Amino acid sequence: MAKDVSDRLFTTVSGVPIERLYTPEQIRELDYEKDLGDPGEPPYTRGIYPTMYRGRLWTMRQFSGFGSAADTNQRFHYLLKNGQTGLSVAFHLPTLMGYDSDHPMSEGEVGKCGVAIDSLADMETLFKGLPLDQISTSMTTNAPATILWSMYLVVAEKQGVDWTKLRGTIQNDILKEYVAENTYIFPPKPSMKLIVDTFEFGTEHVPQWNTISISGYHIREAGSTALQELAFTLYDGIEYIEWALRKGLDIDDFAPRLSFFFNAHNDLFEEVAKYRAARKIWYKVMTGRFHCRNPKSAILRFHTQTAGCSLTAQQPYNNIVRVAIQALAAVLGGTQSLHTNSLDETLALPTEHAARIALRTQQIIAHETGITNSADPLAGSYFLERLTLDMEKGCWDYFERLDAMGGMVAAIEQGFPQREIQDASYEYQKAVERKEKIIVGVNDFVMENEPPIDVLLIDEAVAGQQIERLRQLRDSRDNGRVRTTLNALREAAAANSLNMMPFILDCVRAYATLGEMCDELRSVYGVYEEPTV
Amino acid sequence: MNEKIRVVVAKPGLDGHDRGAKVIARAFRDAGFEVIYTGLRQTPEQVVNAALQEDADVVGLSVLSGAHMTLCPRIMELMKKEGLDDVLVVIGGIIPDQDIPKLKDCGVAEIFQPGASMEDIVTYVRQHVRKK
Repeated sequence: MAKDVSDRLFTTVSGVPIERLYTPEQIRELDYEKDLGDPGEPPYTRGIYPTMYRGRLWTMRQFSGFGSAADTNQRFHYLLKNGQTGLSVAFHLPTLMGYDSDHPMSEGEVGKCGVAIDSLADMETLFKGLPLDQISTSMTTNAPATILWSMYLVVAEKQGVDWTKLRGTIQNDILKEYVAENTYIFPPKPSMKLIVDTFEFGTEHVPQWNTISISGYHIREAGSTALQELAFTLYDGIEYIEWALRKGLDIDDFAPRLSFFFNAHNDLFEEVAKYRAARKIWYKVMTGRFHCRNPKSAILRFHTQTAGCSLTAQQPYNNIVRVAIQALAAVLGGTQSLHTNSLDETLALPTEHAARIALRTQQIIAHETGITNSADPLAGSYFLERLTLDMEKGCWDYFERLDAMGGMVAAIEQGFPQREIQDASYEYQKAVERKEKIIVGVNDFVMENEPPIDVLLIDEAVAGQQIERLRQLRDSRDNGRVRTTLNALREAAAANSLNMMPFILDCVRAYATLGEMCDELRSVYGVYEEPTV
Repeated sequence: MNEKIRVVVAKPGLDGHDRGAKVIARAFRDAGFEVIYTGLRQTPEQVVNAALQEDADVVGLSVLSGAHMTLCPRIMELMKKEGLDDVLVVIGGIIPDQDIPKLKDCGVAEIFQPGASMEDIVTYVRQHVRKK
């Protein structure tokens, strides 16, 4: 047995080789002040607040959305009643792709992967009974982020809530769509312009809003390693900043509102090292590369979601355990906000029961384990500190390659990050098939004849009802006003010099639909075609 | 059977999650198949057209969004209409158990759910393809 062990290669879930033992030798170069610093002090490796979770727990923010706006509104109320502390909206695919529910491409997709939102009317239903000055809301939307944010802002207007009181996040991260998730509409140039418009508009009018959530989550789900997730995400951040600076924005006006979103996979130490390295690298980038003056510009705040791709359809109750370990990694890594996946998510959207267990998992970590008592409790571990240093070094190496390619947009056009991720995902799958990586219930410890579990089914009637609501809206609204605002939107897009937010807000107030607005923008901007990789 | 097995891998619907489609396309290639990947967001008409144009022996559909019960039966119907009854159609993705008999009824040969191994899928295709 001992012989077998000495021959075997031990690796992280990302395939990084790990030593048998870590000692002070391996972290001899570590300098406490330079590499770690106390929590709340540069370079923020140990966390961004001196008191961390003693001061305030992370936000428990369960991503949810399905069926109609009324269905999801009901789920929001349910989650808040059960102790959730922030909202997070999942939109259905037609909304994310800029199509109305009655578009031919939407057939079969309405209300399936999220909630169907076609116009302001649906958004009003979605937030019914939810005072927007008292809750923070995250919206997972990228290509049409300006439109859905505008809908939210107009709902606030109608509730009489001042925009300066609004707190929340739009994902608004198109680069990772080109890299990994593929929910893009327009080509990079106009897409980046829209994003810079949100930075500018947010700074001026919605100062507490996070105008972007620069996301590694989807990069990881597409099969990247932990290092690739970190490097591509932080470099996406660099790219957004470069574009905003070129537009003439001041770094310290918008950088404090940039936020990040990472994955939490199974390999606990690798994940904690990733989060710690992320804060340190971002601090160095913001101070060294961009010379920010406001200390808040150099602080990396992030949301975490447990890894959907790590869950199994086989023996699904085991997923509760995986999620708990992943959530633990996120908390040990100092996350500001967390979504824990439900046990049934490889089969369908979560049932109420499964969603509650996922939320309870966070509450158990927060209130029963004691790990919130002390900030960055794993610091000083020879192993973890070595991993954190290696993660940082690997990241700088990737940055050098991306710089040499001319930045992230150029790298995407060359297919570089896409290829890196595809190679990693294929290698991982082969390692699983060779049983070098064991997945309990899938390639080992398999059970025959598993009893099925209850899953959430989306009623097919949702689509018909949504299309009927849309028809009624088109009949009852002032279509002259809709046309005028849509024309103004198209002309502004063509002029390419104006901030698009005021034009979109006007369309939204006139109850123009999301599909109508995207059609106007598509007619000017064109659509993105993915390069063959 | 000397000629290579020709597989069209397609992603119908609006979903962009293509990790599975790309991994299986690569596994098919490594197994010696000729693979044509259609890219994302294909309508049923586009998928069937690709199968026809490429003279496919196999069509592999990847659907994760829940739209499979709308899209897949329509693809099968169009395949029949085009006389592609002898093409082996397999689906991978998030397909609940209760939908499997319905999909098989309309002519889908096999459904591979999350956790299916690449090797099993390749073996299945080798054993069931009707090479023209």
